[in-house]
Amino acid sequence: MGIAEIQEEIIDEFSMFDDWMQRYEYMIELGKSLPLIDEAYKTDDNIIKGCQSKVWVHAELDEDKLVFTADSDAIITKGIIAILIRAFSHQKPQDIIDANTDFIDEIGLKEHLSPTRANGLVSMIKQLKLYAIAYQTQLN
Amino acid sequence: MGMVRTSLDVATIRKDFPILNREVNGRPLVYLDNAATSQTPQQVIDVIVDYYHNYNANIHRGVHALSQEATDAYEEARQKIQKHFNIAKADEVIFTSGTTHAINLVANGFSSFLKTGDEILVSAMEHHSNIVPWQMLAERTGAVLKVIPMNQNGELVMEQFHELLSEKTQLVFCNHISNALGTINPIKEIIDASHEVGAAVLIDGAQAAPHIKADMQALDVDFYTVSAHKLCGPTGVGMLYGKEEWLKKLPPYQGGGEMIAEVTFEKTTYADLPHKFEAGTPNIAGGIAFGAALDYLNQIGLEAIAQYEEELLKYATKKLLDIEGLKIYGTAEKKTSVISFNIKGIHPYDIGTILDKLGIAVRTGHHCAQPIMDFYQIPGTVRASFSFYNTKEEVDTLVEGVKRARNMLL
Repeated sequence: MGIAEIQEEIIDEFSMFDDWMQRYEYMIELGKSLPLIDEAYKTDDNIIKGCQSKVWVHAELDEDKLVFTADSDAIITKGIIAILIRAFSHQKPQDIIDANTDFIDEIGLKEHLSPTRANGLVSMIKQLKLYAIAYQTQLN
Repeated sequence: MGMVRTSLDVATIRKDFPILNREVNGRPLVYLDNAATSQTPQQVIDVIVDYYHNYNANIHRGVHALSQEATDAYEEARQKIQKHFNIAKADEVIFTSGTTHAINLVANGFSSFLKTGDEILVSAMEHHSNIVPWQMLAERTGAVLKVIPMNQNGELVMEQFHELLSEKTQLVFCNHISNALGTINPIKEIIDASHEVGAAVLIDGAQAAPHIKADMQALDVDFYTVSAHKLCGPTGVGMLYGKEEWLKKLPPYQGGGEMIAEVTFEKTTYADLPHKFEAGTPNIAGGIAFGAALDYLNQIGLEAIAQYEEELLKYATKKLLDIEGLKIYGTAEKKTSVISFNIKGIHPYDIGTILDKLGIAVRTGHHCAQPIMDFYQIPGTVRASFSFYNTKEEVDTLVEGVKRARNMLL
């Protein structure tokens, strides 16, 4: 499935929820089920410093696709990471570079992507794209 | 719940604060981030609006009526501040943009007095704004920064403070009240002991001023700093109190208009106090509103405020401690209405996010006091800070919110 299709799928899932409580509970569940990043990659080099919660991201190439693993010390942040990874992992670098993140607005989590929000998620998206650019260069 | 007897008429007081009527995320706002900034009563807002409606003009230099009115109002505010803090001379009140500016002004001034081997003492529970300027000062001068440690309750270890003091100590810096923990520090003891070895003392009063009326002459402190926005005044204005002898000795911080007596290209003569430290056009409306905020607080009475906030603190502490896994950081015997806490197994950011969805404003994170968080080995805390316009019902809402967050997150 391409990034756009996965994003549509996520929007569909979230449209089932009536209120923020349900959305957050679902997100917290996603956070808890996020496959853990290999401890070896949970290093300071891989840390994205938000002001409050820490986020670690690791990327590696599987043939022509980029695979992301990530973690955070805050569970809500981890839930959003799980959503982002679902959308962007196992995709071609060029597709990641071209993708947008509007679906986050549509599932009612816009407030988490404000650049002034101190959770490191904006930096995380930027980091995913930077990895994609770096690996795209390598593939070329 | 039953009728609550309080020394303040909170229902009437709340009517003074228009912002308390608003909703957040579809729920009535419960504002518990007062240690970060207090809300502004209509009486203070009116003073700001009145200034811009009726007598906005630059001060101290105009020949015209508006300038004179603005100057009078600004200087009257200075006198209100002088009176409130029982300061000997109005010239010892320097308007600044806030506490951070005031501390930097003093730190910068001291760079011309300090030499290699001199020591600066700073408490372990400082706000970053009271650590970084001294670190920069130490780097510039070769002086050594030493730390007064704290114990698990969040109290300064005074025995060690006395041991650290020596004739090498030139400066001692400490907050009156810790922003992250609410601890009220024994500043009189610190000031007196420091003076015995000839050291100057700066007390950061940012967190204390909304709760305690500090008496500068009785404290005999050398410098004391206050931010208006913590005490129902506007942002961007504050006070540096300095003893006249120190202010005369310190070099000016910034060059510009207002702070000069005479300028030629060869030499500038600096203006007298307080203008020597007030370069450029100040925050005129802010300064006047600062005075109005003190009027507002004094009309209610700081003792009544402190007594009511103590009630809220006790009530909230008891109810929060009933929640399983909840730990409060900062359990000093003497503390103000600040509760810093965590729940075992939950990141403070997650609790803050859920509380925000419930319309409850708290602060989460390290509260610009990372050394304290390192001391407790935690990433941060959730901090609820109460003001005299908060109610026990709001405490109940907080407690319910925290329980709900706990259920969702664990």
